[in-house]
Amino acid sequence: MFTILRNIGQYFMMLRRVFSLPEKKGIFLKQIILEIEKVGLNSLGIVAIISLFVGAVVTIQATLNLFNPLLPKYLIGLATRDSLILEFSPTMIALILAGKVGSNIASEIGSMRVTEQIDALEIMGVNSVNFLILPKIIAAMFFFPFLVIISMGIGMLGGWLGSISVDVTTADFLEGLRHDFIPFYVIYALTKTVVFAFIITSVSSYYGYFTKGGALEVGVSSTKAVVYSSVVILIFNFIITQLLLA
Amino acid sequence: MISIKDINKIFGENHVLRDVSFNFESGKTNLIIGESGSGKTTLLKVMIGLYESDSGVVKYDERNFTEMNFKQRKVLQKEIGMLFQGGALFDYMSTEENIMFPLNMFSEKSHEESLERVNFCLKRVNLENTNSLLPSELSGGMKKRVAIARAIALNPKYLLCDEPNSGLDPKTSILIDNLIQEITQEYNITTIVNSHDMNSVMEIGDNIAFIHKGQLWWSGNKDDLISYENKELNDFVFASKLFKKLRQKSN
Repeated sequence: MFTILRNIGQYFMMLRRVFSLPEKKGIFLKQIILEIEKVGLNSLGIVAIISLFVGAVVTIQATLNLFNPLLPKYLIGLATRDSLILEFSPTMIALILAGKVGSNIASEIGSMRVTEQIDALEIMGVNSVNFLILPKIIAAMFFFPFLVIISMGIGMLGGWLGSISVDVTTADFLEGLRHDFIPFYVIYALTKTVVFAFIITSVSSYYGYFTKGGALEVGVSSTKAVVYSSVVILIFNFIITQLLLA
Repeated sequence: MISIKDINKIFGENHVLRDVSFNFESGKTNLIIGESGSGKTTLLKVMIGLYESDSGVVKYDERNFTEMNFKQRKVLQKEIGMLFQGGALFDYMSTEENIMFPLNMFSEKSHEESLERVNFCLKRVNLENTNSLLPSELSGGMKKRVAIARAIALNPKYLLCDEPNSGLDPKTSILIDNLIQEITQEYNITTIVNSHDMNSVMEIGDNIAFIHKGQLWWSGNKDDLISYENKELNDFVFASKLFKKLRQKSN
């Protein structure tokens, strides 16, 4: 219990130092662009592949569950769309990114810690937390919504491919995608994404930044970063859903 | 000059530093020597603010570092060049970018001026034409030299080196030692070298502090070091057969 409270306190004290004015704006912007590439663009491939196949699987499963002559077939497209927009794209992709980006951030910052690179920054007079972590948070909060929108689109494409394999016509599937569309669902999904982006980058950075020891501990930090950011994502998924949809 | 007074540092039940006081003189290569685990690195980290001391005072030319707040310390730290044990070069930056980093962060120099300074620093450490190499492409000695170049890029008033010779062959060690001494004298800076390498001590030790079990056990210069009679000091200095033989010969 004491460890949890100490971690929470240390996390918020770290955040206080993260959100301070950067030393040089030019260098800071350059860091943000680099981070957009590292945490965002480099995740595009995995997001696209997973979304495509999950979209197809969701459609096939929806077809099996909604197999009833009394139910219109467009419901399959509708179920796929809502599953992707409400839960799969924002939450599942965030959990996948917690694994990919989170472990990457924790191991990168953790390695910098154990090889004294962070100490070197501090001795130079650089606010290392601000310099290393803030660009990652901004980059993720800016770029993850695009990843989620792309995931929604590719997921629906995968859903269409899946629908072909279970004899749902393209017209029925497209009708389902358009039927009773509620734009607020997208806003809800993107709101969640921005919060999850913050959680992934800040929690992973925290575990990386406070790594003590050597290579073994970097691995431990990386694992902790993925586990704890995933748990916090699931907790906040419930809170945000309760606040925005209930 | 850097002066420390009554420095104490405790980790849990381990009293690492006990009332350590010493004056590190400017224009001289000051050495902190002692066995592994004697508290040398802890002392250095307390002096630069990476660890907070439990009591005592650290002064940089009469400026009380211990009493400074976070922002004041950041200003003073810009006057300190630090050479870490492993070099601590930024992995994702080339040699040039590593040295240019403090210049870009804290000086108003144009890119051309910064590049000129980078090339000057690289020349100073005999590493011309290595601008585009990444740290992973450098040998241990080259990494240390790039780290020295980065440490002197902003013309620091104080240069602190944590075991600059660890992991290096004797020839490269002497090269690094001489480089540190030359830079110290050339720019009249206060240099502190943390070492347990007796060759280094005999090479560059102008002003030496011997730390034993967290206490300042002895201080003086390299000539006194050889002749001083003290069991703990002699055990450390004459640990190697070579130094033992030298002592027997001189006796």
